[in-house]
Amino acid sequence: MHHELEKLFGYMSEFDQLPACMTDVLHIVLMLADDMACNHRNPKPATVFSHKNMELNVYGDDVEVDYRGYEVTVENFLRVLTGRLPASTPRSKRLLSDDRSNILIYMTGHGGNGFLKFQDSEEITNVELADAFEQMWQKRRYNELLFIIDTCQGASMYERFYSPNIMALASSQVGEDSLSHQPDLAIGVHLMDRYTFYLLEFLEDIHPASQSNMNDLFKVCPKSQCVSTPGHRTDLFQRNPNSVLITDFFGSVRKVEITMSTMKLNPNNTERTEM
Amino acid sequence: MGLLSDPNRRRALTNLVTRLNTPLCVMCYIVGITWFLGLAFEPFTLRTYMSENAMGSTMVEEKFVYGDRALSYSREFSGHRKKVGGLPVDWLGKTMKSRGLEVYKQTFSRTLPFPDESKERYMVKGTNVYGILRAPRAPRTESILLSATCSEGSNNNQAVGLLLALASYFRGQIYWAKDIIFLVNEHDLIGMEAWLEAYHDVNMTGIQSSPMQGRAGAIQAAVSLELSSDVITSFDVVVEGLNGQLPNLDLVNLFYAFCQKIGMLCTIQGKLQRNDWDTLPGYSHSLNTMLLMVLKQSSGRPQGDHGLFLRYHVEAVTLRGINSFRQYKFDMSTVGKLIEGMFRKLNNLLERFHQSYFFYLLPSLTRFVSIGYYMPAFSFLILILMLRALDLWVQLSNTPRVQDDEEQDPGPSMLSLATPIFICHLTGLALYFLPILSQDMATQHFPVSETEAVVFTAIAIYVAGLALPHNTHRALSGNGTECGWKFETLISSVPCCAPWLYSAD
Repeated sequence: MHHELEKLFGYMSEFDQLPACMTDVLHIVLMLADDMACNHRNPKPATVFSHKNMELNVYGDDVEVDYRGYEVTVENFLRVLTGRLPASTPRSKRLLSDDRSNILIYMTGHGGNGFLKFQDSEEITNVELADAFEQMWQKRRYNELLFIIDTCQGASMYERFYSPNIMALASSQVGEDSLSHQPDLAIGVHLMDRYTFYLLEFLEDIHPASQSNMNDLFKVCPKSQCVSTPGHRTDLFQRNPNSVLITDFFGSVRKVEITMSTMKLNPNNTERTEM
Repeated sequence: MGLLSDPNRRRALTNLVTRLNTPLCVMCYIVGITWFLGLAFEPFTLRTYMSENAMGSTMVEEKFVYGDRALSYSREFSGHRKKVGGLPVDWLGKTMKSRGLEVYKQTFSRTLPFPDESKERYMVKGTNVYGILRAPRAPRTESILLSATCSEGSNNNQAVGLLLALASYFRGQIYWAKDIIFLVNEHDLIGMEAWLEAYHDVNMTGIQSSPMQGRAGAIQAAVSLELSSDVITSFDVVVEGLNGQLPNLDLVNLFYAFCQKIGMLCTIQGKLQRNDWDTLPGYSHSLNTMLLMVLKQSSGRPQGDHGLFLRYHVEAVTLRGINSFRQYKFDMSTVGKLIEGMFRKLNNLLERFHQSYFFYLLPSLTRFVSIGYYMPAFSFLILILMLRALDLWVQLSNTPRVQDDEEQDPGPSMLSLATPIFICHLTGLALYFLPILSQDMATQHFPVSETEAVVFTAIAIYVAGLALPHNTHRALSGNGTECGWKFETLISSVPCCAPWLYSAD
């Protein structure tokens, strides 16, 4: 499971590369089923490296795990998505999205045709996921949703989506396995999967002002590098993929309009003045 | 109607069983024997594979290079051992402590049922010394064990030396998730049994031992080392344990995987692997290896110290270094690397060994025969008993009708049935208790040693028993005994089949 966790941290580190962005860490919900950084067998405790040259510690200081260990269940995942959490759940464990939010969902692990494995004892199916996304759409919990999955036969997971404004990427087609990148003999496991490794490499070049669009993202990790064929789905998305910026989903870039006129704000005044 | 409820078909079946009984039995016997012999033929066997996910590959970097340190420890050990005349407890304790282990000692003693032939003593006393390497960050719930026995003479010094060198190397690593116990036991199996009984807090064999001071949690796996030379030419793995119990096949697969990775020559039953399975010498080599394993299991003796662990559900193997006249020798560093690799993989275990087979036969290190394949051969042999029982049953149910017009015989009475059973049990009790009870008297009055006295008493009981059937035949006569004997044979053969039927599923 080690390399799966690497991939999650890959995205966290991506935020490290964008110091100028206002990454609001409350809006990252991280679910990790296995704790590799603090595993007794880790020769470098509290670190998870993406490459055996140990340059990039993806389990950096600002990684906060919201759901760990046995809390990572299909039920909890769907509750986070749909917002049906008990009232006592802290804000860090909630998605806190509204109809103006763009949501990025990244999933990785062992999977097959139509399912992803959680915790050795249960699975989430593509039908469940599609229904969860529809519930989110009905409740206006997202504006646009980008779904990235890195498992074996990952493309099967986005086959059943039917809600609008969803774009999906997967590391392999149905019938293909997603492969891991390289082993580290010091630990004895593979560190990262291929798709995530090359995706991370690609994203490290993205900065808040980058104009790269989704078509560039679709080109990440061709078959020559990934051995499996990455796939994507854009038919539910209303905009054209080449007009969708990558920073719409990564980097928490907010649209800012500059105005030269002033506004007078009166205390206890509920009326809005004209701009 | 069903096959057995339709009287016509039933009669046809029973006729078949009674008429063809002997040919069927002979055929079953031949099929059983041929099946078993055919198991060693390579296309009928399966290649071994790692079933446990946690130990999937040998992907680990072995960094042990302290073979010369191991040799110097072994020289010191042998020197101190000669000085003390047994296990040098103080030196061993001091060395382990200086390497950073928690050291504990355990003394044990046992009165032997027969005096030891070489030393003519009734009591065996000894000390076990063990050091525990605590895992730096893990809870102390699980452990793995490495042991080397301090056997008679000057054997196994290099094993103790390697154990100490590995202990000092392992102590410097932080990736251990289980405690590691390094055990040096005295008097081979007696010391090992004393340690195991005290560790698990049971008393099965009546060994008195001092209370165990330090424990390290449930033992997940154990490896016992036997090395008596500075360099080895091949490494042998011994699997047969007490009462023929075997460790999980994954442990043997782990050993073989690392043998291949390091390039060491590995053997089983002391025999190397051959590639020519389609020739007669190749086939007889595999058959020989497999039958040796069957023989060693049937003897019930543990073939190494590991054999005693299996009773406590701890998977264990013994690794024996062999130094023959081959040219290419492997030094202690290579052996240490192999053991280091095995231990690093054992470290990854999250659960006890349970994925692979517990009952198997090994015609070679890469091929195995699981119980599902060798049990049918035995069931064919048991089928003979069942056929005989069926035949007797059919005859018994037929005979009363035949003898209707003759004088009514009382039939088998309770007395005629109970008497042989009673005599059998009496003989059994005599065989069980008399040899040991009468051994004292026998050695006093007859010029025999204790072990010979036991054997002679048993022979005497057998000779007396030879007269028995003759006597009972004379005491109880009549035609009823004919039926009675058939009935006897029937009810004694059925319990023999029952365990095999249960185990066949």
